[in-house]
Amino acid sequence: MVSMSKIATGNGHGENSPYFDGWKAYETNPFHPIDRPDGVIQMGLAENQLCFELIKKWLMEHPEASLCTAEGVNRFKETALFQDYHGMPEFRQAVAKFMGKVRGDRVKFDPDRIVMSGGATGAHEMVAFCLADPGEALLVPTPYYPGFDRDLRWRTGVELVPVICESSHNFQITRTAMEAAYEKAQEANLKVKGLLITNPSNPLGTIMDRETLKSIVKFINEKNIHLIGDEIYAATVFKDPEFVSISEVIQEVECNHDLIHIVYSLSKDMGFPGFRVGIVYSYNDAVVNCARKMSSYGLVSSQTQHLIATMLNDDDFLHNFIMESKEQLFKRHKYFTWSLSQVGIGSLKSNGGLFIWMDLRKLLKEKTFDAEMDLWRVIINEVKLNVSPGSSFHCHEPGWFRVCFANMEDNTMEVALSRIRSFILKNNESIVPRKLCRRSSLKLSLSRSLSRRMDDFMSPAGIMSPHSPLPQSPLVRART
Amino acid sequence: MGLLSRKVTCNSHGQDSSYFLGWQEYEKNPYHEVNNPQGIIQMGLAENQLSFDLPESWLAKNADAAGFKRDGQSIFKELALFQDYHGLPAFKKALVDFMAEIRGNKVTFDPNHIVLTAGATSANETLMFCLAEQGDAFLLPTPYYPGFDRDLKWRTGVEIVPIQCTSSNRFQITAPALEEAYQQAQRKNLRVKGVLVTNPSNPLGTTMRRDELDLLINFITDKEIHLISDEIYSGTVFSSPGFVSIMEVLKDRSLEQTPVWERVHIVYSLSKDLGLPGFRVGAIYSNDPIVVAAATKMSSFGLVSSQTQYLLSAMLSDKKFTKEYMAKNHKRLQKQQSKLVSGLEKAGIGCLESNAGLFCWVDMRHLLSSNTFEAEMELWKRIVYDVKLNISPGSSCHCSEPGWFRVCFANISEDTLKLAMQRLKSFVDSVAINNQSHQELKNSRKKFRTKWVFRLSFQSFHDREQDER
Repeated sequence: MVSMSKIATGNGHGENSPYFDGWKAYETNPFHPIDRPDGVIQMGLAENQLCFELIKKWLMEHPEASLCTAEGVNRFKETALFQDYHGMPEFRQAVAKFMGKVRGDRVKFDPDRIVMSGGATGAHEMVAFCLADPGEALLVPTPYYPGFDRDLRWRTGVELVPVICESSHNFQITRTAMEAAYEKAQEANLKVKGLLITNPSNPLGTIMDRETLKSIVKFINEKNIHLIGDEIYAATVFKDPEFVSISEVIQEVECNHDLIHIVYSLSKDMGFPGFRVGIVYSYNDAVVNCARKMSSYGLVSSQTQHLIATMLNDDDFLHNFIMESKEQLFKRHKYFTWSLSQVGIGSLKSNGGLFIWMDLRKLLKEKTFDAEMDLWRVIINEVKLNVSPGSSFHCHEPGWFRVCFANMEDNTMEVALSRIRSFILKNNESIVPRKLCRRSSLKLSLSRSLSRRMDDFMSPAGIMSPHSPLPQSPLVRART
Repeated sequence: MGLLSRKVTCNSHGQDSSYFLGWQEYEKNPYHEVNNPQGIIQMGLAENQLSFDLPESWLAKNADAAGFKRDGQSIFKELALFQDYHGLPAFKKALVDFMAEIRGNKVTFDPNHIVLTAGATSANETLMFCLAEQGDAFLLPTPYYPGFDRDLKWRTGVEIVPIQCTSSNRFQITAPALEEAYQQAQRKNLRVKGVLVTNPSNPLGTTMRRDELDLLINFITDKEIHLISDEIYSGTVFSSPGFVSIMEVLKDRSLEQTPVWERVHIVYSLSKDLGLPGFRVGAIYSNDPIVVAAATKMSSFGLVSSQTQYLLSAMLSDKKFTKEYMAKNHKRLQKQQSKLVSGLEKAGIGCLESNAGLFCWVDMRHLLSSNTFEAEMELWKRIVYDVKLNISPGSSCHCSEPGWFRVCFANISEDTLKLAMQRLKSFVDSVAINNQSHQELKNSRKKFRTKWVFRLSFQSFHDREQDER
């Protein structure tokens, strides 16, 4: 009896990782402020939901951006027929412009080097197919996004070798760590083809400074290996220091540009994961040509190309969106980290991303990954928050958790914070700072001080949305 | 160099094939009624442009329903965030209902067994990744769509072994041909994982008959292998015999509870039936839940935009629209196809009798200077560069006999089709005159030596005329 392929029957899809287990727990009991107030709050989903009002307003003012309006329907036929894998010129120009703007216009992107892909997921797989053969390896600094295990390895047969980053260095990439990883690969008889960095980092939320980036570019240039820069969180950097892209650094450091490739997407910066807009930008002509042919397997719907082209070619909107997004993320991040610090919970200092890298090492029974899993199960089942354990990101040290803050309404975040507060107070009073601690009225004073503080962080207009947050997309409930 | 993967440096993307070279020539000099009336007419593109007025008028009446609104409320945010690889339930339901409608509702499909992918291109590759690996092969009847060489083989490492079909029986699949292909794979040390057929056929434009489908089912049952039925043209069947889906045959033979049921998979798309190639809507339908599960995970690499899923779920849920579309579209396809057939007839060119697809399989064997693929290429170059028609040579479709060409009819207007046929007729007539003159010259050499010089100068005058065209 004929079997299926090993790829299909194996575990390479990576979905048995705890990163996805938490999602499953959430899906069986999702939080809803009215229908299910005791449900699990989703804090494991790195989504940017803070700027939809601005986008909706723009859509109302620009009906021509949609094919489904009187103003847009005259573009229906030519759009529906457009399947050229080069992509619509206006789409590529708009994306190139957006990418440049996000980098403060310090660098210009060539629309002819923009290749489409099925989201960043598709982009990563495509780049791996172009740069490496089965059995070859890519170096990836830890902690890293769990999806890489699937995207870079599953169908490509490429191996990943971790570059170990430690809390003692604030998880920054060091030359020593890169060399060590390279050596390790050699010892295992793996040919290293490249290094993949995510900057801003997922899960850390930090950006790499110029010196680190220069050091990385020097390293890959010396070893004659590729550098893939996943910059999908570029526009989420909400405060200084400013984001520095590898596209800028290669203008300052001597290096072979044929080794440099960027992966981008609109899923995080704009909050459009459903539209599947992934981009591969390579400085290597052969890679651009090959990736373009491969993009046939995941082209962006022409309907979506048309929408994005219209939206991102509007300079005013672009400027306003980038500013507004930074502001909302800054406020949310500030309030969230401050609230946590009030109950003694710290996180890695960060200025980007849609999440924080929370430090719960003090709460571990012992310094092991088993203890981390135990704690994580308590957080899911008792505190009812879906957060992502550091081990799922291949973190070298137990006790770190990624917690997302940009995918929910303010009132949901309040509920999450109060649950965290209760849990900490119940289980580990010693970690609460003494100056705030009056045992008899502890809970009362904390909640009062915190709710007062919330208003300080909100703009006068308030961000409280009239719409209740829905735990599950209403689109999943079929109408028929 | 070794710096890039072998996939970059090899030719398996197939784009050096003549199929794509013709496109490139067209792009350098495209026909336009007003701006470039001497340009190349594109007849190598299997697109349906005959029925756009129908979805356009539907959109005009249903704008809100299809856009970012539901019940007057904006659902932009929900759509923008919707990235669930299980797909939009309402869209999957509408899609399977549409597929059933195309099959005269003789079969029904379960929305839980459908996987959405970025076009049929992605669906075919994904199925290969699920069912086969390096060292495995799929058997494909020739002639077949040139894109399969890329979609099935390039990144997967899977091989294609052809099932040779010939004009002697209208290119139908026979038992000996299937067996011979299987044996050939064995000789090449390839493990056969399945058969992939396109029904209705590209490039033939014919639907498979029930006995052919029975033969296939018997073969895959006997060999215990998979069958993939690429049915992306199922909605383009415009005349009898009607379309018989592989699922219908399985059902009629009561094979639902047998092992073969789970080894049959369908590929579908809205690029041909609805004429929406830009929207990248493809699908895999499998009776095997394990294939569905694996393919669903793989679809992460090429999901359908939620915006597009929503628009199409509204459109396809409107049964009045789908019924009207199917009826009018079929009529228009039939009309256009018969214009092509009669135009070809006037030029003394025949084609395979067809009842589906967006093209005809045209017989130009009599125009070849010799029964070889070199002669076919010579003829093709003349048709592209001199006659200024981009058509696809049979060799690019791996046809085993030279002289056949795929000619598309649904992507051009009636007037452009008329012009194309006129150009073709002129070309054929000139070839006839040329041949006649050559024949007369031969005869005259034998009989009229004294008038030899006169005839020669007359002949060379004709040659010059043609060069200047």
